[in-house]
Amino acid sequence: MTETLTEVARARGNAGSDIRPFRARFPEAELTDLRRRIKATRWPDRETVPDATQGVRLETMHALAEYWGTRHDWRKAETRLNSFPQFITEIDGLDIHFIHVRSKHPDALPLIITHGWPGSVIEQLKVIEPLANPTAQGGTAADAFHVVVPSLPGYGFSGKPTAPGWDPPRIARAWTELMKRLGYQQFVAQGGDWGNAVSEQMALQAPPELLGIATNMAATVPADINTAILAGGAPPADLSKDERRAWNQLSFFYSKGLGYANEMALRPQTLYGIVDSPVGLAGWILDHDAASQALIARVFAGEREGLTRDDILDNITLYWLTNTAISSARLYWDNRETATSGFFDVKNVTIPVAVSAFPDELYQAPRSWAEKAYPKLIHYNKLDKGGHFAAWEQPELFVAELRTGFTSLRKDART
Amino acid sequence: MTTLNTLCLSVLGLAVGVSASSTAQAQTDKSSIRPFRISIPDKALADLRRRILATQWPEKETVADESQGVPLATMRELARYWATDYDWRKVEATLNALPQFITNIDGLDIHFIHVHSKHKNALPLVINHGWPGSVIEQLKLVDRLVNPTAHGGSAADAFDVVIPSMPGYGFSSKPTTTGWGPEHMGRAWAQLMKRLGYSRYVAQGGDWGAFVVDQMGLQAPQGLLAIHTNMPATVPADVDKALLAGAPAPSGLSADEKRAYQQLERTFKQVEYARYMAARPQTLYGIADSPVGLAAWLLDHNDADGQPAAAVVAALSRTTSQTGELTRGEILDNITLYWLTNTGVSASRLYWEYKGGFFNAKGVKIPVAVTVFPGEQYEAPRSWTERAYPKLIYYNRVTKGGHFAAWEQPQIFAAELRAAFRSLRSQEQLGNAR
Repeated sequence: MTETLTEVARARGNAGSDIRPFRARFPEAELTDLRRRIKATRWPDRETVPDATQGVRLETMHALAEYWGTRHDWRKAETRLNSFPQFITEIDGLDIHFIHVRSKHPDALPLIITHGWPGSVIEQLKVIEPLANPTAQGGTAADAFHVVVPSLPGYGFSGKPTAPGWDPPRIARAWTELMKRLGYQQFVAQGGDWGNAVSEQMALQAPPELLGIATNMAATVPADINTAILAGGAPPADLSKDERRAWNQLSFFYSKGLGYANEMALRPQTLYGIVDSPVGLAGWILDHDAASQALIARVFAGEREGLTRDDILDNITLYWLTNTAISSARLYWDNRETATSGFFDVKNVTIPVAVSAFPDELYQAPRSWAEKAYPKLIHYNKLDKGGHFAAWEQPELFVAELRTGFTSLRKDART
Repeated sequence: MTTLNTLCLSVLGLAVGVSASSTAQAQTDKSSIRPFRISIPDKALADLRRRILATQWPEKETVADESQGVPLATMRELARYWATDYDWRKVEATLNALPQFITNIDGLDIHFIHVHSKHKNALPLVINHGWPGSVIEQLKLVDRLVNPTAHGGSAADAFDVVIPSMPGYGFSSKPTTTGWGPEHMGRAWAQLMKRLGYSRYVAQGGDWGAFVVDQMGLQAPQGLLAIHTNMPATVPADVDKALLAGAPAPSGLSADEKRAYQQLERTFKQVEYARYMAARPQTLYGIADSPVGLAAWLLDHNDADGQPAAAVVAALSRTTSQTGELTRGEILDNITLYWLTNTGVSASRLYWEYKGGFFNAKGVKIPVAVTVFPGEQYEAPRSWTERAYPKLIYYNRVTKGGHFAAWEQPQIFAAELRAAFRSLRSQEQLGNAR
């Protein structure tokens, strides 16, 4: 794939601020090699428990590998990806890949959406068209967005950093630069997972062009609550029902669910096994959070839910073909080098924020915490379904959230 | 070996024949002790080489040191050697030159090396390896312990040596149900020693082996005279609590204690690999499927001298050693054993099994001998060690060696075991005389 990328780059010369069109096209030999490796997988023995408490179950991985090695069609994903206008531009010394869809509606609000780990722009493909073309998708012209979906540094088709330092604040500055380079004088940003971290950093940097942010993984946990959870104590007696539920989710996540993140933050380079083994990569990616893992396991057991087998494998295949398992993991390392607070700690964002709280997110941010964390809370909604990969899993809800979430800012933008 | 007893090892659907004695099938008695020899098919070795050569590599780390994990250049050089010049058959022959056996304990086939000393009053000793180790860690010890007169010791220093492979490790079977933690292994090793006819014996361990011997010490089975540990669990309860909370060192610690505290703080920051295996061992499909993935995962074990352990890093550029220091070949012997037995995940599961504390004093009441190696996770201070083990029969700080002490410094290690148990032997002899 990188041949495509570098050919385009060379053709355009090295002028840094060039915006070069990009299309994904992997050689057939790489797809054949992937299938060969999947079929040649050497498997471990079965877990010794009848559930997923030791990790992704062998039968889930067997079903995934069977489908991946025989029926999954990467070319479909590639074609779908290439149906969107994609570009590469160099920012701060690194090639950044992005999808850019301009709405036909003149008052569309420019929006930059950031994916997370273990995601990619593939997470956002279902929401682009409804956001850019709302009149065809149950909305009005007043709901329209110009949509920019970049690949994080080290992810997908973006360049891989060769030196440390691409932490969320630097990515945030790059995104502002990208939006300005695209000619947007006023815009909003959205993200979950790392996308939230980047959006919040943008909000903290508060460039004048940024009107507000929306998040589906809000960082709202009060400092005293955070300390108490980490100490492993009992919850304070005065927590509301929603706060109590968030407490329980966070307790589980901190005690049982954070291992992958800590390992990547500490020793990303040691994960050679997820670069060399497709099934190793898939297992590692599937095991992000308990609710998503359970959902994906059900999907590979034949149930139909928010994600399809193809959705899941399109994303994993993108990681494989771009060989970005370790370069993406390194974001955790880079973040650890400079971060002064934890993922869910309140960051003191003072610009307008819209929060969508999905029930199966790592924790469902209670309104009470969101109001304290974001003094300019312009939208809060507690949804009744959806998890960590909200845009991917519940695109209709996600789109509706973005439409209502930013309504008040559009008036500001016009006046 | 006349018939083949296949031990459920399979590599890519190839049956890896591990030959055991014909008596295995003839005897239905589960407590039988069957001779065992390793014989890995050429096809499995060829498949391993093919996979190494076909490795898909990541890009280079973005730093100039080991702070992001095992560096790419290290792995590339190791892989080159592994796929071209490395010879598994050498260690296979070394292992097969030692008497090896399989016996079934609590439903699981346990592999072990068992070497009798020619000296009559030899002290029976069961030695437990750890993760990411195997019986290969102990190979350089065997003759030094069994045959001391050939290694600068006296007949009175002799041991009869038993070295089992932990469940899920090496040539022992893989548990298919939960419950094989250090407590269970402790009971199994006591049963093994009894089955071998030893009515009085001692036990030794480091890493997981240290957990197992501590458990044996707590269980205090009849016949267990004492334990020796090179990774003692001595941390007092209040200090352990402060450590786990990430608090600063409690006031009133001596200089040695404060140093130990700081070492443990460092260790707890390094052991994400252990926490990961404790939480999600099954998700490590990549170390079952990728030789280089497995190798890096096993190499990246920390100790006080570094991560990976400095002795392991040094070994990667050492081809031979007259004094028994670790060599590149030995590192690969151990990794290749994990690969060929497909035990990357089954070995990891031990972390999941164990729910207890790590370095906290466990309350062992029987006699204990401790050797403190400077590169171990922490240098157990004498003060803590005396409190943790009220019947401390031996305590010594040596000047060289890290976490893989038996493997790194076999001479020192053997000398330590001789000295550690000397007092028990004289008591034994007195007892026998009476």
